[in-house]
Amino acid sequence: MDPLHQFQINPLFQIVLGGYDVSFTNSAFFMVVAVAAIYALLVMGVANKSMVPGRLQSLAEMFYEFVANLVRDNAGHDAKPYFPFVFSIFMFVLIGNMIGMIPYTFTFTSHIIVTFALAATVFVFVTILALLKHGLHFFSFFMPHGAPIALAPILIPIEVISYVMRPVSLSIRLFANMMAGHTMLKVFAGFTVMMISGLGALGFVTGLIPLAINVALTGFEFLVAFLQAYVFSILTCLYIRDALELH
Amino acid sequence: MPNLLAKGRLARWSGVAGASLATLTTMAGTVLAAAAEHAPNAAHGGEHASGGLPQLNPANFPTQIFWLALTFGVLYYLMSKKALPRVAEVLEARQERISRDLAKAAQLKEEAEAILAQVEKSLAGARAEAQGVIAQAAAGIEANNQARQAQLNADIAERLRTAEASIAAAKEQALANIRAESTGIVRDITGRLAGVDVDQAQADAAVAAVLEERRG
Repeated sequence: MDPLHQFQINPLFQIVLGGYDVSFTNSAFFMVVAVAAIYALLVMGVANKSMVPGRLQSLAEMFYEFVANLVRDNAGHDAKPYFPFVFSIFMFVLIGNMIGMIPYTFTFTSHIIVTFALAATVFVFVTILALLKHGLHFFSFFMPHGAPIALAPILIPIEVISYVMRPVSLSIRLFANMMAGHTMLKVFAGFTVMMISGLGALGFVTGLIPLAINVALTGFEFLVAFLQAYVFSILTCLYIRDALELH
Repeated sequence: MPNLLAKGRLARWSGVAGASLATLTTMAGTVLAAAAEHAPNAAHGGEHASGGLPQLNPANFPTQIFWLALTFGVLYYLMSKKALPRVAEVLEARQERISRDLAKAAQLKEEAEAILAQVEKSLAGARAEAQGVIAQAAAGIEANNQARQAQLNADIAERLRTAEASIAAAKEQALANIRAESTGIVRDITGRLAGVDVDQAQADAAVAAVLEERRG
């Protein structure tokens, strides 16, 4: 009945590498499943290379064009080379979230360490990109244009902090949404079970109320699962644009 | 979005992405494994982390980061090198096919319009030619008509003149005959009535005088 039990990590194979425990866990299993599913969808989708796409091909092309438009609109035309990166991020988070909607699976995006590592990857990627593109000029990013030089001692720390906090907000947003949503589902499901076991026959009637709420929440969770993947990748695009243009 | 996967730059940036992930994995792995050592009893597995969120159990961090780096790295490699170029290829092929078909359609339309213009031109030429022929024919007929009309008029006038001449001759002849007859009759009458034999010349003159009188 523990609503947090679903977040428990269970090792499937014990692996120790260089003194670290890197066991293949339920979380790792679903990461592999997500990658396999994404790859299968895209490769099988366009295997026929039909002029008029079928269902699977339409889906693959839809994802491609959706992310391509996302990158073009939010990161600019110069961001084309980073399209595969944003696409990988979007699909990994989206499929990770969606796998979590299947009962008895594990939602790896509900783990802060996973979302933080992803967000930090974005952060490191974007920072390296900006440094390669603009060299030391990159640091002018922390001093807004046109601001009086006297304000520099205040503005620069604020800008630096807001820059460094990007991966934190990016990862906590995704992690918190996924964890809260999945916990809610479990809590309301638990209510139904408790009512049935506690109230007997009457519980079958009153238990319908949390069940109905759970149905609505499930629909809502699908929206959140998509929306969080979208938000994660849109912010990635905006960070890439900042890195390219330094506004 | 065609040409999304420019080969050279892509290779460069896949390097950057890989480097980011690798750096991060090492950094985070080191820090978090160190943290994990400080919480040795919070091991994962069957035993529940006493009350706390499983997410905040540092013992899980190395495996999570390791498998994330591995799977995401593989995903990035598969997407950038295999899957996305194939999708792009299909989309580009379709785009190319569509623009090729459109170009062909435009070309055919142009050709059809050229043929139509040619047809209209030759039609107009034929029409002008026909008009010319008609005008020429009409002019010919007109000229012919006029010539025949003139010929006819001349003919009629000629006949009229001939007829008038013959009428005048006949009239003259008739008058001469009348005179001769009248003279004979006058001589006969005067001979029978008066018993006077008027001589030819006298009778002639008298008849001529009377005729002259009547005519006047």
